[in-house]
Amino acid sequence: MKKKKQLFAGLVLMALGLGTAQADYTLNLMKGVTKVSNDIYDLHMLILWICVFIGIGVFGTMFYSIYHHRKSKGHKAAQFHENTTVEIIWTIIPTLILIGMAIPATKAMIELDDVQESDMSIKVTGHQWKWEYEYLDNGIRFFSSLDEASNKARQMDSGIDPRSVPHYLLNVDKPLVIPTKKKIRFVFTSADVIHSWWVPDLGWKKDTNPGFINESWTSVDKPGTYRGQCTELCGKDHGFMPIVVIAMDEPDYNVWVEQQKAAALAEASSADKTWSTEELVAKGQSLYETNCASCHMADGAGLAGTFPAITKSPVVTGDINAQVNLMLNGKGMMPAFGKILSAVDFAAVVTYTRNGLGNSVGDSIQPSAIQALQSATPAADKNE
Amino acid sequence: MSAVVAEHDDHHDHHDHGPAKGLLRWIITTNHKDIGTLYLLFALAMFFVGGAMAMVIRAELFEPGMQFVNPQFFNSMTTMHALVMVFGAVMPAFVGLANWMIPMMIGAPDMALPRMNNMSFWLLVAGVLLLASTLFMEGGAPASGWTLYPPLVLQTGNALPFAIFSVHLLGISSIMGAINIVATIFNMRAPGMTLMKMPMFVWTWLITGFLLIAIMPVFAGAVTMLLTDKFFDTSFFDAAGGGDPVLYQHIFWFFGHPEVYVMILPTFGVASTIIPVFARKPLFGYSSMVYATASIAFLSFIVWAHHMFTVGMPIAGELYFMYATMLIAIPTGVKVFNWTATMWKGSMTFETPMLFSIAFVVLFTMGGFTGLMMSVAPVDFQYHDTYFIVAHFHYTLVPASVFILMAAGYFWLPKWTGHMYDERIGRLHFWLSVVSVNILFFPQHFLGLAGMPRRIPDYAVQFADWNMISSIGGFIFGASQLLFLYVVIKTINGGTGEKVTDEVWEDAAKHSLEWTLPSPPPYHSFTTPPTVIPTEHI
Repeated sequence: MKKKKQLFAGLVLMALGLGTAQADYTLNLMKGVTKVSNDIYDLHMLILWICVFIGIGVFGTMFYSIYHHRKSKGHKAAQFHENTTVEIIWTIIPTLILIGMAIPATKAMIELDDVQESDMSIKVTGHQWKWEYEYLDNGIRFFSSLDEASNKARQMDSGIDPRSVPHYLLNVDKPLVIPTKKKIRFVFTSADVIHSWWVPDLGWKKDTNPGFINESWTSVDKPGTYRGQCTELCGKDHGFMPIVVIAMDEPDYNVWVEQQKAAALAEASSADKTWSTEELVAKGQSLYETNCASCHMADGAGLAGTFPAITKSPVVTGDINAQVNLMLNGKGMMPAFGKILSAVDFAAVVTYTRNGLGNSVGDSIQPSAIQALQSATPAADKNE
Repeated sequence: MSAVVAEHDDHHDHHDHGPAKGLLRWIITTNHKDIGTLYLLFALAMFFVGGAMAMVIRAELFEPGMQFVNPQFFNSMTTMHALVMVFGAVMPAFVGLANWMIPMMIGAPDMALPRMNNMSFWLLVAGVLLLASTLFMEGGAPASGWTLYPPLVLQTGNALPFAIFSVHLLGISSIMGAINIVATIFNMRAPGMTLMKMPMFVWTWLITGFLLIAIMPVFAGAVTMLLTDKFFDTSFFDAAGGGDPVLYQHIFWFFGHPEVYVMILPTFGVASTIIPVFARKPLFGYSSMVYATASIAFLSFIVWAHHMFTVGMPIAGELYFMYATMLIAIPTGVKVFNWTATMWKGSMTFETPMLFSIAFVVLFTMGGFTGLMMSVAPVDFQYHDTYFIVAHFHYTLVPASVFILMAAGYFWLPKWTGHMYDERIGRLHFWLSVVSVNILFFPQHFLGLAGMPRRIPDYAVQFADWNMISSIGGFIFGASQLLFLYVVIKTINGGTGEKVTDEVWEDAAKHSLEWTLPSPPPYHSFTTPPTVIPTEHI
């Protein structure tokens, strides 16, 4: 029978997938680079093989019957319709198999859940549609968004072949960097809707729930770059907020930390100088593309009914302070950018929107003015 | 019962009560066959509407990069595809089968509550039209997935209240349908048709009816809370006001898990009806089938959070829901073993209904295996929200529920119409479907394991090959279903011209009462109760 062949072909294909599992990334679960991910992989293979064997038994019996017990071969139907012994056996055996599966599963679950005695903590905040990372031990904090090359190629009719983009949709502008062989505790939350943070090589994913904290942990054995994606539908650009984790040996990691601290200092001091409108507009354009274009569109036209246009917008072409306030505090789906962008970046975006995208108001705002407003905002929070 | 008998006497005093003339017949009808036909045709139409949306999804995923639709519309398509298929196609199709078959199987003249029957159908149409209208609204149709999770769903544009009211209408319609079925089964059985002599299809629908009555109000409650959160400043699901977005997920899946069994239990019933007829053997283990169905239904209420293993539950919750979910494998296994034992040492023939039923047993079991894999919580931390689950639930819905609906169509069309369908086209339809459905869904296991999340409109290039293969399978599967449409229309209009007997299938009357009636059956099925109750199936 064709059908029989097809089914066995399916099973063989599955078995082949298992045989070459380690080499072939596209057929089977990856082993990953942590002890937990390896335990999960082993558990996955155990259950897969159990299923394959049960499948061979059940389908084998069925196809034997289909082949031999057919009317066209003159087989006469037997008339039995129950057999208590057989029915008890095929209830008890599956129960025992399930118990056999539950024991290693429970061990793995307990291991996965144990966030005690971590060496460091990283707070991950989901945003529509980027990730925010904050190193709770040393204060490093940054956003991580889809890289520019992928972002250009993924636009409708971009004319760019995704195959020509390195790590298409799996690359970010600023990856998360972690040390190897350290127990890292992650805490997860969200600024808007539910996201889910998944790097397959680490062996798990965790949802980020607004207003709540989730925890998980990892300890990566070998240095490398590990890629993942958001796995909880979070709106239109859900498919475009990848995760890149770079694991470095500790000395390299320490160098990276020092670089980040130095860069943060330089950024802070640049807020004090006076910027020209042209400088701000030039800086604002790329910031607009990363932070604003996914809703308000690259040309500022917005999306009718959901996201207002920037071009000829009464807010953007009106009083600059009103626009700054709206952007600082957010409104509806619009996030409070006062907590997302640095003073310089904020001023640059405001100035760009007023002097680009078909607008020509001609004014600008200085980073120092934004800085003053930003430092006033947390105080208001404390009063609540 | 006495009221029914009185009404029945009344008919004899006047005339043979037939259908009203013209289009009005279909609008005002209270006849179980007319309403069954309406349900089935509506479900078939929605199957093609939902299928067209699936084609849009597969076309966009054919190649990496964005080609046809924007990401927001893509999300609307995944959402609407699911809602239309679940609430517009599969559920109504089974209610249609219940309407047609239950009175004939239990020896009754009609359903217990015929006027409510009419109302539940037209509310379904209203609900689905309301849902479809959101496609044309400012801000687009709901795009948050059929699960409608907050806070994302609260970002829906003008469509939100319409989608919610549509869920209310669909819920009322389902509850009415379920009450009618339960009332019919409890009150309208012929003398001698004890509960443990009922055909399996009737049993599975009795249990499904109770599931529906229990869960639809829960879903209606959940979406009403969304409505008040959005428009009346409540904070059920908003942490800022003391609520919790995860609460919604608990409520939703308390509805959602039994809901998926609403679609699979009647499937089991039809399979248990068809396989014995073509194996020419009684169903193996009738009573264990009944108990297994009841166990599965009970378990469906206590496993909901296995849809939420990664949401951040305490370890005790993770472990409890893992163990409880694994238990489902036992009664489900019993069912698969019983079907296999029914075929064992039978005298099988392989007409189209049997082909679809065998494919159902095999492919549903594959879906069951992946279900078992995902029940293991720590491993589900990898599988969750990837294409692995997309493959899993499509295996349990398409080559399971949908295949069995096709099988039911081929099995009972000759009885319903009095005409034989074209067996050659039926088999062609089957082989095209069974091959293409595997090309469509099997590669999605690989995609999920390799790391492709679900509900994304574009993907990394290492997923390109399997997505293209999956899309090709999807297009062939979609096109093949037009054959079914052709067969149905042709059969209604006379079929092969061959006159079918009352029994249609060899010795079918030994299995169930509908085969003792003429083909097509009279407008009121059993105006006098049947005297002999078939027992071949038990």
